Amino acid sequence: MNYVDFLLWVRGPAFQIATAIFIFGLSWRLLEILSLSRKPELAVVRERGIAGGFRTIFRRFLPVDDNTFQRSAFIITAGYIFHLGFFIILLLFVPHILFFREFFGFSWPGLPTPVIGIITIMTLLALIALLINRMRHPVLRFLSGFEDYFVWIVTFLPVLTGYMAFHHFFHYPLMLALHILSVELLMIVFPFTKLMHTFTWFISRWYTGSRAAQKGVQV
Amino acid sequence: MSTPQTIYESLHHQGFSRRDFLKFCGISATIMGLSPSMIPRIAKALENTPKKSVIWLSFQECTGCTESLIRAHAPTIEGLIFDHISLDYHHTLQAASGRAAEQARENAMKEHHGDYLLVVDGSIPMGNPGYSTSAGISSLDMLKEVASGAGAIIAIGTCAAYGGLPHAAPNPTGAVSVEELITNKPLINIPGCPPIPAVIAGVISYIVTFGQLPKRDSLKRPITFFGQNIHDRCYRRSFYDQGLFANSFDDEGAKKGWCLYKLGCKGPVTYNACATTKWNENVSFPIEAGHGCLGCSEPHFWDAGHFYQALSVPTREIVGTAGYALAAGAAVGVASAMLNKKKKVDATKNHETVTIHDLERTSS
Ligand code: SF4
Repeated sequence: MNYVDFLLWVRGPAFQIATAIFIFGLSWRLLEILSLSRKPELAVVRERGIAGGFRTIFRRFLPVDDNTFQRSAFIITAGYIFHLGFFIILLLFVPHILFFREFFGFSWPGLPTPVIGIITIMTLLALIALLINRMRHPVLRFLSGFEDYFVWIVTFLPVLTGYMAFHHFFHYPLMLALHILSVELLMIVFPFTKLMHTFTWFISRWYTGSRAAQKGVQV
Repeated sequence: MSTPQTIYESLHHQGFSRRDFLKFCGISATIMGLSPSMIPRIAKALENTPKKSVIWLSFQECTGCTESLIRAHAPTIEGLIFDHISLDYHHTLQAASGRAAEQARENAMKEHHGDYLLVVDGSIPMGNPGYSTSAGISSLDMLKEVASGAGAIIAIGTCAAYGGLPHAAPNPTGAVSVEELITNKPLINIPGCPPIPAVIAGVISYIVTFGQLPKRDSLKRPITFFGQNIHDRCYRRSFYDQGLFANSFDDEGAKKGWCLYKLGCKGPVTYNACATTKWNENVSFPIEAGHGCLGCSEPHFWDAGHFYQALSVPTREIVGTAGYALAAGAAVGVASAMLNKKKKVDATKNHETVTIHDLERTSS
């Protein structure tokens, strides 16, 4: 298999397989989670809890108090840089937008590539810093298992290979193929690992918020 | 042709002076992509090199490669090539026909056995041998016969190098490249649909001058001409870097000469000399003319995704795949929801109420 065959394979059959597994896993797991029956609330509820659910979704974007922020300033900052960076790269790099246009049928404007380049570097550095912190912090290290490191790798690789491909490190078609392959790996493991939090964080936040809003008495 | 003339003798015979000869060596160096410091070596080689016998076989092809070569405007190219070689067999260019033509081929093969250069354009059908024949001989047999006595083989054009258009899915004739059939001879690919004439001339000159194939890459292409990516040499690259793209062939961006990535340009994955050597006497090349690169010198270029779709778009239809996957996932999701529910109902049903008496009994 030469680099052209490899590139064609990752752009064609492999991408199709990855898409199938990704969408299949998402639809299966989300339905399963949403269908889990919740205990009926026997007490008289304070309010229906819908507004409370949404309030919590947004309120938790920021630390509730200064103390929490000060204690975890590094994780919060680096975590934000990496998450925002990742989504900016994914959604605002022009070649990516062209991919989404093909899939969804509509598109949106992208960012100039040098801006994406800078954001990519920041994202990579934030990811590396978070990994080092995880390995050095005694509690975090104790709590981390294989899956934590594995999802770090599958998240890191697409960003790294994308950056290398864009800057024509080594051989562009080969780097591009490796980049697409790393994205496919991410798509395949996504629904079956902690990466699912991308879709479940707002569900659980909403649930917590709405339950809290229902409890207690009307004042 | 009983006593083989050297290239120098042949030029001298045509009235070339020594000065003309050195000039000729200079042009050869340029065409081969060599530095002027190589001129004395080239001169020395050409003084002693006999004209090379070349047999050119055409299989499933469109004659575009030959057209490309002979329509080269630069007078030096075709002249140079024909001064370097003795073209003993070529369907389109030979004066002889029928039995006489085949006789010329057989004579050349016998006389220069083990040394002649075999040039092939077109792919070879592995399906019905009758898909492509000449003089009643199938392409496969002809290739095997002529290749067996050749010193080296040049596969010219994407069809001979990688199968090309005839190889495009569903490949009705079972077309294959030369490389897939002949593995025991030195071979060089000069892909392109068609290849750049100066590149063909350069490679032939190199082989004739130095008696060996130039350095090749992993796809057996001469590195001098195929070592660089179109995108890396493209004059529209700064627009790509700034994120300025033409969205259609006649919008403002297209008029301003912005990058053609969105219109399907395959420059980033294509290796060829178009962006530097250019076409039609250095006039321009496809991207300069306003059309994205099709990647015609890469294997499978017909099947490497839509010509007018960006490189980042998958080559297979994925929306339908996603639809099926969604439905299948939903079915499994509903099934596991039902299982979970049943588990819960069973748990409630089998729940044993513990009374104060039970506790007393166990603790006693
Ligand atoms: S026109 Fe094609 S080769 Fe030129 S910069 Fe744009 S994508 Fe690259």
